[in-house]
Amino acid sequence: MIGLGFVFDLMGLMFAAFAALSLGDRANPKRMGNTAFWGLLALSFLFGQRLGDIGNGVLVLALAGIAGCGGLGRGKPETTSSIERRLLSQQFGERLFVPALLMPVALLVGLFVLKPVMLHGTPLIDPKQATLVCLGLAALIAVIVAVILLRQPLIAPFQEGRRLIDTVGWAVMLPQMLAALGAVFALAGVGKVVGELMGGWLPEGSRLAAVCVYGLGMAGFTMMMGNAFAAFPVMTAAVALPVLVKRFGGDPAVVCSIGMLCGFCGTLMTPLAANFNLVPVRLLELEDRHAVIKAQIPTAILMLMVNIGLIYVFAFR
Amino acid sequence: MLILLGVAVVVAGFAVGLNPLLVVTVSAFVTGLAAHMTPLQVLAAFGKAFNDNRQVSVVFLLYPMVGVLERAGLQERARAVIGWMRGVSLGRLLLGYMALRQITAALGLMSIAGPAQTVRPLLAPMAEGAAEARLGVLDDKTRQSIRAQAAAAENVAVFFGEDIFVALGSVLLMVGILASSGIVIEPLHLSLWAIPSAIAAFVIHGARVLLFERRLRK
Repeated sequence: MIGLGFVFDLMGLMFAAFAALSLGDRANPKRMGNTAFWGLLALSFLFGQRLGDIGNGVLVLALAGIAGCGGLGRGKPETTSSIERRLLSQQFGERLFVPALLMPVALLVGLFVLKPVMLHGTPLIDPKQATLVCLGLAALIAVIVAVILLRQPLIAPFQEGRRLIDTVGWAVMLPQMLAALGAVFALAGVGKVVGELMGGWLPEGSRLAAVCVYGLGMAGFTMMMGNAFAAFPVMTAAVALPVLVKRFGGDPAVVCSIGMLCGFCGTLMTPLAANFNLVPVRLLELEDRHAVIKAQIPTAILMLMVNIGLIYVFAFR
Repeated sequence: MLILLGVAVVVAGFAVGLNPLLVVTVSAFVTGLAAHMTPLQVLAAFGKAFNDNRQVSVVFLLYPMVGVLERAGLQERARAVIGWMRGVSLGRLLLGYMALRQITAALGLMSIAGPAQTVRPLLAPMAEGAAEARLGVLDDKTRQSIRAQAAAAENVAVFFGEDIFVALGSVLLMVGILASSGIVIEPLHLSLWAIPSAIAAFVIHGARVLLFERRLRK
């Protein structure tokens, strides 16, 4: 059975290659920092299961330490110049789109054809992790096709991958670190305390006010946690179920479904939703760290008003 | 109340502009210590959670493929192709992408596209190319604002498309939470109520994209 372990091994090998190539990159004055950072990630993805909890904790401290001291530089892998790229783009033409489109096709084939396949009574692909496993396989197939079809050197995937990952830098690990922080918050009972606070603010008797507290609370708490999934259980237990559903007789499907979307409005506005709002800033090489959030804030605020209105209108028919 | 110190650390740390990885680590320790855990317990809990969440980072496996295509001129090609299609303006391009993305997300195909897969190598250069075909050479500030709009279109479309898919994590989370409170709801019922917001998001963000395009022309 192909499971997440296979995908993690692929990632570990990829980060190991980034670390090794960083070490030889004399154009990067901070190459030791890059080598250590990507090397630690290689260790985490290859052997994370065997490091133990304390070992993994030390690893995270080391990652944060390197990033916090500004230890990561930007490597200068050998690549093509913009003039060369223009010539290549004319030479290859529409063939350039083939690997980019092959990736989603391979992902779909994986999900719809490979996922149901059984070998000797066990599934070929771990059904619980099918999307991630198929994503890993699709990425592998697409890069192999790209190298062959476009006659690129064999080292290119590693050097070019390193070029992109150095562009994003430490922000690469922020989504995973925030997920880990969410787990510590849950362990410490942060959600319960916030829920009690929000419950205390609720005005008696006003249905509109209660809907607003729930919608704004979902958005605000999501902005603090970076994730609507963390806010939902807390706000639902504190406001939605006892007040909107039990006291005012609201339809729980409407309240919860649209309440979650109020949380998503918060996600659009917070730097803590790193994979949506900060990683793209790095990937697109934008100077303003909050450029993506700024482009989203008006939509998020309008959508929050729409969502609160939808709950008010449809939950109490 | 003391437990909320960790949240305050995150808010303050991000506001001041300290390195976020450092801020997150400090917040984890402040929160854990406020909840009467020993430093070693916090370290173990944080390390375990980091290791348990490695799947969050799987998307970086796509970087080598995207990088190889860029090396061979994909961005230049994407820009040129859109330049030939005179009918495709910046606004229509972003609206079309949003529609496609909302539909794919509603079908559960979240990872088919994304900032690394499609926005950087395809959508952003196409958006720049579409604007250049009409407005001539753009300054760097305008280019950056166009790229930010491309990233925003991706996010808005995915956020207000994904909950229509029945088997998505957030829908199943809702079903689970409601079930634990004794309320049984079909996932499909929750999915259907995500549709009005999906339509509103397309209209609102679509209108903003068109306004952005009109502002560029001036």
